[in-house]
Amino acid sequence: MSSAKRIEDFRVTRNVALTPRHFLLELLAPGKLPGLLPGQFVQVLVENSTSTFLRRPFSIHRVNETENTLDLLVQIKGEGTRKLSRLREGDRLNLIYPLGNSFSLQKNGPVLLIGGGCGVAPLLFLAQSLCTNDTKVAILIGGRKKHDLFEIEEYRKCGEVFITTEDGSEGEKGLVTDHSILQKEKLAYSMIYCCGPDPMMESVASVAHMHNIECEVSLENTMACGFGVCLCCITPTIHGNQRVCVEGPVFNTKELGW
Amino acid sequence: MADLKVNIAGITFRNPVTTASGTFGYGEEFLDFMDLGKIGGIFVKAVTGKNRDGNAYPRMAETASGMLNSVGLQNKGVDYFVKEIYPKIRDFDTRIIVNVSGSTIEEYVEVAVKINELEKIPGIELNISCPNVKQGGMAFGTVPAMAAEVTTAVRKVYKKVLMVKLSPNVTSITEIAKTVADSGADALTLINTLLGMAIDSETRRPVLSTVTGGLSGPAIKPVALRMVWQVHKAVKLPIVGIGGIMNAKDAIEFMLAGATAVQVGTANFIDPSVSIKIAEGIDAYLDKYKIKTAGEIVGTLQT
Repeated sequence: MSSAKRIEDFRVTRNVALTPRHFLLELLAPGKLPGLLPGQFVQVLVENSTSTFLRRPFSIHRVNETENTLDLLVQIKGEGTRKLSRLREGDRLNLIYPLGNSFSLQKNGPVLLIGGGCGVAPLLFLAQSLCTNDTKVAILIGGRKKHDLFEIEEYRKCGEVFITTEDGSEGEKGLVTDHSILQKEKLAYSMIYCCGPDPMMESVASVAHMHNIECEVSLENTMACGFGVCLCCITPTIHGNQRVCVEGPVFNTKELGW
Repeated sequence: MADLKVNIAGITFRNPVTTASGTFGYGEEFLDFMDLGKIGGIFVKAVTGKNRDGNAYPRMAETASGMLNSVGLQNKGVDYFVKEIYPKIRDFDTRIIVNVSGSTIEEYVEVAVKINELEKIPGIELNISCPNVKQGGMAFGTVPAMAAEVTTAVRKVYKKVLMVKLSPNVTSITEIAKTVADSGADALTLINTLLGMAIDSETRRPVLSTVTGGLSGPAIKPVALRMVWQVHKAVKLPIVGIGGIMNAKDAIEFMLAGATAVQVGTANFIDPSVSIKIAEGIDAYLDKYKIKTAGEIVGTLQT
């Protein structure tokens, strides 16, 4: 069950650079965190930035219920994210959350999580939630090169991790769909979860479809409000246009007609 | 504590702050964030005759101090509104005005006739910025004769308060305003979005799927203020001011220019409870200047 939405000021407790273009923000809630589900996202207000008018959406990357913190994994893309990268411990950050729907938590594994680039963001929270449910988890992460991979050790705490890099500097060479674990005649997973660039998610969906495995993806459409009223973030589905911020961001690939 | 009540053509609003169509859904989506009983009213999402899927994605582009949208009036049509949405929102403790949109005069009339039957809806806002498909897609609100025709046709069938939302994409806003007033409108709401465009220099393509879209947000406030001021001087009808209102100061500027009430739109995306803050800010301004009622500042700009 998703919690009611709220608007709150969080405090930055950590800002960790992961790569020259990626950083992790650990945020402390003003009180007790409401129940959060993997797949959900937050809308962040970037202040003191003249070229950033609307909020910026980020998947919830990790949650610590006892400490009442949540982490965001951010890629520096423009002025707004650059401003966020300069946040320091103690700085305030206003969030609207929790937004969106969530990944289906399968009781019976094993399940496979596939992430590419910054798409891995919601998958750590998902992996940790599945682990807590005692579901067997395998994680496949792809990047351009070794330096694009981060937090691998965190994923290893949840299950076996497989890696691909396009230049072969780490793991197997190629795209995620080139990895040997996906080339077997029978894939013994009850669900494949995927998040990354659209072409990657579509390739993974084909593989899942070929093996008759359910597949859930997380879409990232541009949005103005993030909570269902502006109707800007829609994606076409077999049930007509659906809002990525309410009926998504998680969609079963059958729903998308992929 | 001042008296914030305002009256628009017979409808009393508890305070001058309302929310703009297309930025507040049907009200339900905001219940987690705020008490609707603290604002004057809501102008709900546009209702058309039939279901509309709207335009293809992408439908938005952020701009400097604003945004462009080309949503395309996505909604499930008037019959769905009457049967499924109205029962859920009719008892909200705030005034509900239905935005009526269409592609043909017949469609506007059909919607108006059906909304007329709804007991708890005291008025409609006629969105004349829609393209007239029978006139090559030119917006009803850009040609005085077409604006007059649609207002007259709806006036014949709609018995309650008829507000007409004006498009700013015209040469003379006062000419359109006068024509619409003469055609039987009870009030005017202005402005709708300004026609604009965004380009992605990396893909070398427009950002919006429809190439052009409507600009809203603080960027349009100076244009909106100017038009409210001009229309207020030209026409006797009450005005609801719209255009980049982000805070109480902005709202008061519109009221000084001649607006009896205001609509807050894009600002809701950034702070879903901003409309309440604006109402409180207007109250504080009136107290500061020892003004007893909100109505007293309307149109008092000293020029």
